Amino acid sequence: MKTFSIGGIHPPESKLTASKAVENMPLPSEIVVSMSQHLGKPAKPLVKVGEEVKKGQRIGEADGFISAHVHAGTSGKVKSVKSVPHPGGNYSLSVIITTDGEDSWAEGLNTAPIDWKGLTKESIIEKIKDAGIVGMGGAGFPSSVKLSPPPDKTIDTIILNGAECEPFLTADHRVMVESAEEVIKGLEIITSLFQGKAKPFIGIEANKPDAIEAMQKAAKGTGIEIVSLETKYPQGAEKQLINAITGRTIEEGQLPFDKGCLVHNIGTAVAIYDAVCCNRPLVERVLTVSGMEISSARNIRAVIGTRFSSIAAFCGNMSEKTNQVITGGPMMGRSQFTLEVPVTKTTSGILFINNAALETSRERTCIRCGKCIDACPQSLEPWLLGNEAQFRRLDDAELYGLANCTECGSCTFVCPSKRELVHWIKYAKALVNNRKQRKTA
Amino acid sequence: MEPVKLKVSYAPFVRSKDSIESVMYNVALALLPATAMSVYYFGIPALLVTITAIAASVGFEWLTDKIRKKPDSCLDGSAVVTGLLLALNVPSGLPLWMVVVGAFVAIVVTKHLFGGLGFNIFNPALVARVFLLISFPVAMTSWAVPFAVDMQTAASPLGILKTDGMAALANFSYMDALLGKTGGSLGETSVLALLMGAAWLFYKRYITISIPLSFIASTLAFTGIFYLIDPTTYASPLFHFLTGGLVLGAFFMATDMVTSPLSLRGQLLFGIGCGLLTAVIRLWGGYPEGVSFAILIMNSLVPLLDKWDLDEIKAKKQKSLTTA
Repeated sequence: MKTFSIGGIHPPESKLTASKAVENMPLPSEIVVSMSQHLGKPAKPLVKVGEEVKKGQRIGEADGFISAHVHAGTSGKVKSVKSVPHPGGNYSLSVIITTDGEDSWAEGLNTAPIDWKGLTKESIIEKIKDAGIVGMGGAGFPSSVKLSPPPDKTIDTIILNGAECEPFLTADHRVMVESAEEVIKGLEIITSLFQGKAKPFIGIEANKPDAIEAMQKAAKGTGIEIVSLETKYPQGAEKQLINAITGRTIEEGQLPFDKGCLVHNIGTAVAIYDAVCCNRPLVERVLTVSGMEISSARNIRAVIGTRFSSIAAFCGNMSEKTNQVITGGPMMGRSQFTLEVPVTKTTSGILFINNAALETSRERTCIRCGKCIDACPQSLEPWLLGNEAQFRRLDDAELYGLANCTECGSCTFVCPSKRELVHWIKYAKALVNNRKQRKTA
Repeated sequence: MEPVKLKVSYAPFVRSKDSIESVMYNVALALLPATAMSVYYFGIPALLVTITAIAASVGFEWLTDKIRKKPDSCLDGSAVVTGLLLALNVPSGLPLWMVVVGAFVAIVVTKHLFGGLGFNIFNPALVARVFLLISFPVAMTSWAVPFAVDMQTAASPLGILKTDGMAALANFSYMDALLGKTGGSLGETSVLALLMGAAWLFYKRYITISIPLSFIASTLAFTGIFYLIDPTTYASPLFHFLTGGLVLGAFFMATDMVTSPLSLRGQLLFGIGCGLLTAVIRLWGGYPEGVSFAILIMNSLVPLLDKWDLDEIKAKKQKSLTTA
């Protein structure tokens, strides 16, 4: 069984919904489609208040190279275009649509599956771009950009990330079990863009034997290698996954394509299949609704723009003990201040938890136990980066490898002094960025 | 409808169960077999020393927190461990007021004057032991005889070796030393009980093997060389392993997280340094026992050993910046 070579932790897996089939979430009466669902510049809204929209209609235009189109998740009428809370923790410009319940597709979309093999490389990438597909694992990097690496980089390895190492999350797991064919076809489409020079892999953590089995069955005869990975966090982090499967190490400042690799998420592969073969833009996604404080934890397929409050109601509401709602997994997710935020293209899960430590825990002094050093998959000294950040010694922090931190949170998980190490590191990164911007301005 | 108030905090939202308390109380738990053995051999006086040392340490911790206006840390377990280690480092017959002085030196002087938990350079219990040894040399070297009824005292095996040479050790029993039936500090006696505790800490992964292994191996290697040269003058490595504070020091004092290096290289060098200094002091020093001094001297080098590693990280990065 393969794994990454340095560090890593074993948080409780808490995969409560691993055996629960994906359920379709009923259409809410209103959806909130954010213009910032990806890395890069927000999209520009294309619709006005009062306008009728169809399902799949482009309502936000990509602004610049690193940006992505945004589509209406269902048919209805634009109620307003305004800045509303976003799961990223800020406010973002969003198109709010009152749904009409018809759920009728715009013309030319959602067609019967075609064979992608007749399509040219350019038209495939164009279709992916038109569908507004971004990395659905969390980062939200526009896929069409990722699939067009600079010509001087040779891609020899394509990895589909089915590790899903975050506790609680089972969305990718269920997709692999239930939509194995689409996952494989999506990966074949991606691989075809590199003229057969790249070897395709799917990396899956060993705690999902049914997913490994389903993928192995579906991958028969396709040349795709299914790799069983040790269950260890952060196995699904891009750099760690590449290391586990190829043995290569992405150095500081390098991107995966510098080492000939390209990593895509399971959900993204399905979205690519949908876009290329069925002309379906990215308007819905599978996500896990879980945590100890939601009465019926499940995996759902929800229209992008569905508010968390509707999802909480669909899943039997949260208990009174809930004190935090998290988007994403508990290791790298974000806590929310309101349930009015919508599902975006990168929402892999919503967790309803009672974080008891929140009330009692405080940061203590470092006792130099060295656990953070052992846990760090990037061989950093998290305790030191934490200190440098707290005292704002940014130059030193950079010299000690600040930029090399992937913010996986392993150091913070293991710290017996409950130091908010990864928070301090993110804080230092933000200060360094500000400083750079001021210098260039 | 928002039935509950949502709170915003930083990721990760799950944390391991490890805490300062769990680390410290597990160390205390690991020291229990040795403490129990000492009470078995030395009786009520040993128990009184132990209770006094712990109570005084926790008391001083509480008082210093109050004076420094810091959140209470007296029950975080670190003062308990310091007190327990102090007790294990003194003879059972030590007057209790001296134990209290020792606790003061450990908690107030060595720990809090340097900034409190995590910031002390030296191992608090060891500084206290050395302070007491220098201040009250007679009281600190009056070792009770195991199972004595009339406060009978005797020299420790290492003390006999130092003053009377190898010939005086004709009756030395390795088995008694292993079980702890010899004169010595509370925790210096039973190697077996100490190793049981150490095994627990390894199992819980609170200590790594690097420091104890390099410490003990280098002591044994160094004393072994001289034993091979002249077995009539120098004691065997096994004798050095079973007597004095080597096992207590190597597994419980040198491994103190706060005062030992972070990297494997640092830990190995630290351990080897401790071992060599221990052997040198035992063979030729003025004191029969050298473990405390050796660890304290090496403690003072820890910031340097750590800086070496960190400077290397920095230099590597600077080099990559200049070549880029």
